[in-house]
Amino acid sequence: MSGSEDVMRFLDERLGAGRAVRFVLDYVFPDHWSFLLGEIALYSFVVLVATGTFLALFFTPDTAPLIYHGSYAPLRGAQISAAYDSTVRLSYDVKGGLLMRQTHHWAALVFVAAVTVHLLRIIFTGAFRKPREINYVIGVTMLALAMLEGFAGYSLPDDLLSGMGLAIAWSVAMSIPLVGGPFATALWGGRFPGTSVFESRLFIAHVFVIPVLLAALITIHLAMIMIQRHTQFPGSGRREDNVVGTPLWPSYALRSLGLFASVAAVLVAMGGLVQINPVWLWGPYHLYVGTNGAQPDWYLGWLIGALRMMPNLEIHVFGHTLVPNPFFGGVLFPSVVFMVLYAVPWIDRRFISREAAPHHLLDRPRDNPLRTALAAAGFSAVAVVFAAGSADRLFFQFGFGYEGAIWFFRGAFLVAPVVVFVLTRMICVELRRSGRHPLRGWSGSVLARTRRGGFQTIDR
Amino acid sequence: MSPEEPAGGSREESSREGRRRRRLWTLLAALALAASRVLRPRGSRARSDRGPAPPVGAEERAERLVAALLLLTALSGAGFVTLFVLHPDTQLLGATLGACLALLALALAVASSRLVVSETKVEQRPMPGDPMEARQAAESVQAGGQRVTRRRLLGGAVGAAGAGLAAAVVVPVAALGPGLEDQLSHTPWRAGRRLVDAEGAAVLAADVNPGGFLTAFAEGVDQEQLGSPVAVVRVDPASLRLPAARAGWAPEGILAYSKICTHAACAISLYRSPLSPSTQARGPALVCPCHYSTFDVLQGGRVEFGPAGRPLPQLPLMVDAAGALRAAGPLSEPVGPAWWGDRR
Repeated sequence: MSGSEDVMRFLDERLGAGRAVRFVLDYVFPDHWSFLLGEIALYSFVVLVATGTFLALFFTPDTAPLIYHGSYAPLRGAQISAAYDSTVRLSYDVKGGLLMRQTHHWAALVFVAAVTVHLLRIIFTGAFRKPREINYVIGVTMLALAMLEGFAGYSLPDDLLSGMGLAIAWSVAMSIPLVGGPFATALWGGRFPGTSVFESRLFIAHVFVIPVLLAALITIHLAMIMIQRHTQFPGSGRREDNVVGTPLWPSYALRSLGLFASVAAVLVAMGGLVQINPVWLWGPYHLYVGTNGAQPDWYLGWLIGALRMMPNLEIHVFGHTLVPNPFFGGVLFPSVVFMVLYAVPWIDRRFISREAAPHHLLDRPRDNPLRTALAAAGFSAVAVVFAAGSADRLFFQFGFGYEGAIWFFRGAFLVAPVVVFVLTRMICVELRRSGRHPLRGWSGSVLARTRRGGFQTIDR
Repeated sequence: MSPEEPAGGSREESSREGRRRRRLWTLLAALALAASRVLRPRGSRARSDRGPAPPVGAEERAERLVAALLLLTALSGAGFVTLFVLHPDTQLLGATLGACLALLALALAVASSRLVVSETKVEQRPMPGDPMEARQAAESVQAGGQRVTRRRLLGGAVGAAGAGLAAAVVVPVAALGPGLEDQLSHTPWRAGRRLVDAEGAAVLAADVNPGGFLTAFAEGVDQEQLGSPVAVVRVDPASLRLPAARAGWAPEGILAYSKICTHAACAISLYRSPLSPSTQARGPALVCPCHYSTFDVLQGGRVEFGPAGRPLPQLPLMVDAAGALRAAGPLSEPVGPAWWGDRR
């Protein structure tokens, strides 16, 4: 005890840290499983930084050709790029390298998934309402950055799949009206596949620019939660002007560290036991080679789906191509989705809740049927596009014809949101009326007859 | 060495490895089961401080359990280090480090639920939005500029300075790449240029089989140049329905198209070539595996399905005296995805 007192006194006399430390230790976290989604994202990010730092020690961001002499026999003697060579080498010839690489990849998938589900939780419970609009906007920005970061990451190894992804990214950049050509050319250092400078630019974006931005935004995100305190679900003793929950020290800190260890355990175990992105099987990228059934990481599925679903429309003026086709699926669709996401707090204030009062008590999804139904409808539209991204896998796995599937998804994109809206609204209204809880069953008082013939009520 | 030897040896080794892994999984499952029993709350309020006092000795048992779990954590950590040095097998490394972290997680979970004081606290929530504070802050901001009388002049000057500085900061971005708009439409195909394979050998007309598909490049040009690779196929000359202006572009029914999709620059690497009469309702087509743009081979690369907005560029062919394929002229369209500079 006296040891910690000495440390505290040392810090307090120099920084006045005593008050700050007590503030942090006494900080109260409301309890609910869904509040852990953001923490899962945070801890995945920590695993990403740790494994990514290890990988950066061995990866060469260079597309210069060389001859492979590593221990993976099928590639020996092949002419490949330095980037691809170093990726295969760090997988096969660096101790623990493959574990780190696969853990890094799995962590990236879990990171974006946790951010996405966290965002859904925020939207469905109305946690974005005043006074949390700023933090909400920062969160949506982090989702966009996370996707960009992931794409940059799996584009680095210069294997067949990363090259195919970059070809599409270049075409999407080219498709921006008027400025697309010069913009894409500047970024790639020439016409696709560009010069070697592009690989270094991708690398610095992936290991420095975007992670630093993410780290800064995560810091602000957490600082704002500290300032405003976490939201809480309504319950006994819980009011707008208080926070009911577990103090950080010691209980919540132990629990949260336990969650960190669990997340890391799952990611490391998957990194060791479940293969992901075996680049040596895909082979090196050449712009004249393609493979059938190629799929991006899951979080880009909605973009490939949008590119695939779009009818072959292009807009021409005065003999120029004003709007090339990839613009619709690759730029317009994600921009609209993110604009809507950014606008959610203000759409809610203006059209759904129709009020601007601050809220610290969360809505359960059923409490606001209109908001829940609209959010579910919007989500279903994106989900349909996401599913369309795997229409080719539907053909491989189940034999559904590709062209028919695309027409089906085009129809579903228009129909599903309406159906989902009506159904969700109905369910919410019914749940709110009946007081039933879909996960916990029915709750209320039970009138029971006692042994002696009397009656008593049992609270459940 | 006879072929059976290594097979037998590896089978034995793999079965030993399998047994080791099974034992590992059994251990993990047992631990998980034990943990779930410990963590299961006794009664609905066991975790809250309002519940009944825990039975005597429960705390000591929990302490022992946490200590045991932490020791196991240390043990699996040491196991990971040992494996790393002696036998860095990816699966075993992942399993031991994963187990190490999982045990730590269990220890922390048990500690937080059984060992430390777990209380529910109520804290007053700070309510931001004091109108007085906001007004005073705004006044302080304004007071800082009170001696400035020529506000509009200065405001304009500040704007100008900002614009100038921003331009100076942004301009180095132009160093990123040259403005290579004419490079974007460049292709190496001219009349007389030979088609060669990946090794640089001339592609002969006789190399192209009906129903087959091969990739060729412009002779003497970098194969990684967007305009170079073409897909070469052979169809029945009688089935061709090329536009009148392209008569003679397909000698002996051999056709060449750019291999770069006009939608999103992927390599066109699928060829649909119906051989049985039941599937011949639709003719041969080149298909891009990225977004399945489908180009009709018989009709000069017309878009039959998919998102591509332009036909696939066709290369007019001729067969020289040696039987080799040569370009009879430039490609019919700009290569690759569309952009503003594409003139139609």
